Amino acid sequence: MNAIETRDLGKRYGKSWALRDCTLTVPAGHLAALVGPNGAGKSTLMNMTAGLTVPTSGTATVLGGQPAGSPAALNGVAFVAQDAPVYKNLSAGDMLHLTRNLNQHFDTPFARARLAELGIPLNKKAGRLSGGQQSQLALTLALARRPRLLILDEPLAALDPIARQDFLAAVMTAMTDDGVSVLLSSHQVAELERVADFLIVLSRAQLQVAGEVDDLLAGHRLLTGPTAEADEYAGRLTVVQTRRGGAQTHLLVRTGETAAPVPPGWESHQVSLEEVVMAYLRNPRVSEPGPLARVKRPQPTEATR
Amino acid sequence: MSVLTLPAQPGQDTAPPPVSWRGMVWVTWRQQRATLIAVPAVLAVVAVFLVIFGLKAHHDYAALVHCSLDQGQQTQACAKAFSNFNSADWPLANTCSILMQLAPVLLGAFVGAPLLARELETGTYRFAWTQGMVRERQAIAKLVLLGATLVVLAAAFGELFSWFFQPFLWTEQMNRLTETVFDTSGIVFPAFTLVAFAIGAFLGMLFRRVIPALAATLGVYLVLRLGAWALHGQYPVTAVTGNADLPSSYGTPSLPGFAWILSTWFTGPGGKPANMSAVNKILGQYQSNPHPKLSLTKTLANQGYTEWSRYIPLSHYWPMQFIEAGWLLVLAVALMAGTVWLVRRRAA
Repeated sequence: MNAIETRDLGKRYGKSWALRDCTLTVPAGHLAALVGPNGAGKSTLMNMTAGLTVPTSGTATVLGGQPAGSPAALNGVAFVAQDAPVYKNLSAGDMLHLTRNLNQHFDTPFARARLAELGIPLNKKAGRLSGGQQSQLALTLALARRPRLLILDEPLAALDPIARQDFLAAVMTAMTDDGVSVLLSSHQVAELERVADFLIVLSRAQLQVAGEVDDLLAGHRLLTGPTAEADEYAGRLTVVQTRRGGAQTHLLVRTGETAAPVPPGWESHQVSLEEVVMAYLRNPRVSEPGPLARVKRPQPTEATR
Repeated sequence: MSVLTLPAQPGQDTAPPPVSWRGMVWVTWRQQRATLIAVPAVLAVVAVFLVIFGLKAHHDYAALVHCSLDQGQQTQACAKAFSNFNSADWPLANTCSILMQLAPVLLGAFVGAPLLARELETGTYRFAWTQGMVRERQAIAKLVLLGATLVVLAAAFGELFSWFFQPFLWTEQMNRLTETVFDTSGIVFPAFTLVAFAIGAFLGMLFRRVIPALAATLGVYLVLRLGAWALHGQYPVTAVTGNADLPSSYGTPSLPGFAWILSTWFTGPGGKPANMSAVNKILGQYQSNPHPKLSLTKTLANQGYTEWSRYIPLSHYWPMQFIEAGWLLVLAVALMAGTVWLVRRRAA
């Protein structure tokens, strides 16, 4: 089952497209990280997936083909929007009761226990909680709905490093215990590396990369060799990013399924997720031709030097 | 942080049953609590004032009941009672009446305009509209619950005001069909309140901001009200053409049951349309005589003139109420449907 499936999805505000031609498949059971510069269309994609925004073109389905925003989709998807909107004049307890009344399923004991554990008093107005506590309240309400897909738009922004870890731990727990699929957008690329097993890169309102993290890591190499040979060699490869030094040049290349042996004088290194993400973000014109998720992982010995 | 385990998930294959409407009663109450307390509280304060002042007005009015409206025939006690009533009670009642014209839009707009606009303004719609209950259903539930509450409050308040205003109808030569009275009584008053609420909700959804929606609601309501006044005389109820029995001083003809007069005209000798200069001459002569022996009607009749009126009798009050409240209700439902459509189509 696919947690998220979009086809030619697009959203236009006035004359400019916030997102266009986005065809994306995220299988269930992943924690998919959505990254991209500000204004790349991350929130637009999430809002359409959550059924909040009506697409200008294309379709978005969730949880095995349920149209986003349909009653079945709403029932199974929990969304924590950017800045974790809560009713500021309602107490945490009222927010809990409110969410219970707006949903078919709501696990009140779980929500109460989690808020107690976080030290969020039920009688305190949501507007008086700290930014981090508001995020935690919103996540608690979302988790207590027992969703099968959890969509989190920049949930880490308001959190300090410890709260960030706790937040991600809670998300991971829900994933391992209940098989919840997660779509999470963030600028904290280093932090995502530890938790995400699926990566989506958006830039300039278009999908740049989408695939399983393992496949992406296996499908990219950092090649280091003499600058003099770099141009000639790069012409035969799909180069994501080129960094020229005086004598040596670093090419971050997409090797795909078959990583050809490197010529003499060149070294091939494994890349980290952060390196891949940064390379794509710095080079928005390079886009991925096909779904990398389908690319088979090459044998570890083939490409390493 | 310790691990809290989530219980097993509900069945994934079956389509979920829709979320119960019942929850929306609590949701609406909790989200609109400030409004739902403030509006009845303000109305209650005004109601207490109307009861106290109304009792005084009714008491003062009792002294007038047997007096003639014709100043020439009033006793000294009656003249004093009239002047007391007209100088003390009427100005305040007149102010109340003007405020009462605005009451529907004050009530409706201040409840309706923020209903959805505030959610959009503060961003909480992103929370509310992604819950299990479909957003159209949330909007419908809120519109129905708050609309019904406003209608009940307005109906009760309108009844109280009608009782309060009763004494002034006679002294100010108004009746229940006079526009300002008609619109603040019966079922038309709550209907106007409901329409103002629906306009507010619709414009709030359209503008996505509370203050512009409020301002626009006031403007649109004003236009609607003027339109309603223009339509008022056009309703397909039977107008009656009758022989006017004029009071001895020339003024509003006293027709059966203080009817609502649409037009008046004179006929001359032989039933032909009267020469108005001749009529005016007779009227002038009549009024210059301080102690006429005959009534004005008789005086005119002696010279072959008759005043006619086309009027709507007071018995048509309820049919007209149903017509006006009817089209207002249709308008309110259409605006609410438009609001729900905007909620569905709203692109964040």
